[in-house]
Amino acid sequence: MRRRLLLALAGTGLLGLGLGRGRAQAAPREIEITAQRFHFTPNVIALTAGEPVLLKIHALDFTHGFYIPDLDQRIDLIPGRVVTLSITPVNPGKLHFLCDNFCGDGHEGMDGVFEVSA
Amino acid sequence: MQRRDFLQLAALGGGAVSIAGLAGCASLKGSPDEFYFVQLSDAHWGFQGPPNPDARGTLPKAVAAVGALPEPPDFIVFTGDLTHTTDDPAERRRRMTEFKQVIAPLDGRVIHFMPGEHDAALDRGAAFKELFGETYYRFDHKGVHFMTLDNVSDRGTSLGAEQLEWMKTELAKLDPKAPLVVFTHRPLFPLVPKWDWHTRDGAQAIELLMAHENVTVFYGHIHQEHHFQTGHIAHHSARSLMFPLPAPGTAEKPLPLAWDPAAPYRGLGWRGIELEGSKAALTEHPINPAVEART
Repeated sequence: MRRRLLLALAGTGLLGLGLGRGRAQAAPREIEITAQRFHFTPNVIALTAGEPVLLKIHALDFTHGFYIPDLDQRIDLIPGRVVTLSITPVNPGKLHFLCDNFCGDGHEGMDGVFEVSA
Repeated sequence: MQRRDFLQLAALGGGAVSIAGLAGCASLKGSPDEFYFVQLSDAHWGFQGPPNPDARGTLPKAVAAVGALPEPPDFIVFTGDLTHTTDDPAERRRRMTEFKQVIAPLDGRVIHFMPGEHDAALDRGAAFKELFGETYYRFDHKGVHFMTLDNVSDRGTSLGAEQLEWMKTELAKLDPKAPLVVFTHRPLFPLVPKWDWHTRDGAQAIELLMAHENVTVFYGHIHQEHHFQTGHIAHHSARSLMFPLPAPGTAEKPLPLAWDPAAPYRGLGWRGIELEGSKAALTEHPINPAVEART
């Protein structure tokens, strides 16, 4: 019975044993961002090309959007929840992000930039 | 006075006339009647700030100019952002009511309204519907089909599945060779995504429109004249009646350009559109023709 349960869990990947894969990959660096009318904090964020990061974004007052046009990635930020978005910048340079859910008088300036180094 | 004379006079009076294709009209069996209409956009009634020291005077100037046209337009369309956004629902309705009072000199004319995100995003179009009616609809005029779209009541700047389905149903009723004019507030195509100058599901709308041979889109939102082509579909944006914005992608943020005391009202204006045979003649009417004439 126990063996059958283990096999079933392994089939769903829930065990996460990574058998035969060698050492598990390091967890991505986590970056916390707060969204509040009409700014992100921080709004200038240093990244390294090729480095996967996990954005943990917390909206305080509105269902803001978080949109990175150059990566074609976006997510709605539900107030009271920490919303996560995984990104891996490929090339050095600037990646702009912005709120893309109209949130009021000041929405047009609610943005930021990832400064990606080599 | 013939419309051609009117256009020439408008040009002499400081308006800039350009000819844009209302693609394919020439190939129609029997041209639709000639007529012209006026597009006003982005009045942002209720805005106050240094970008326009005459914030309460600019819209009335445009209204007076339209009212004084030697030949009345067949209709007038306001392509959104009638009012500047506010969090206060009562203030939003007050601004909309005052906007209607300001344009009262145009009473008796046929006027089509549609919302911008400043009017409709925060309450999903509730106040707009109370005071101006539906946010998307269709009408016909002298052989031309018109369709207004709402890409602002959804805070996520989308048309949404329901409206796209409505589009599909309405377009299926039309002759795909007939001229079709579409009004939207935001650009349907990705003009500057990093400034949020796009419509999230605009590509789906354009795909639906592509089946029609003669489509022209007039929109607002970007507070300046701009012309773009997606396939055979022409997209023309209009100036604002409150403040101009930077040319697409030329600044860090899409924030209002500073008022220039040496060139007041620069960049502000409205547009006349004459549909004549296979062409649409666009006439740009600056609020201050003297400024435009010397720049």
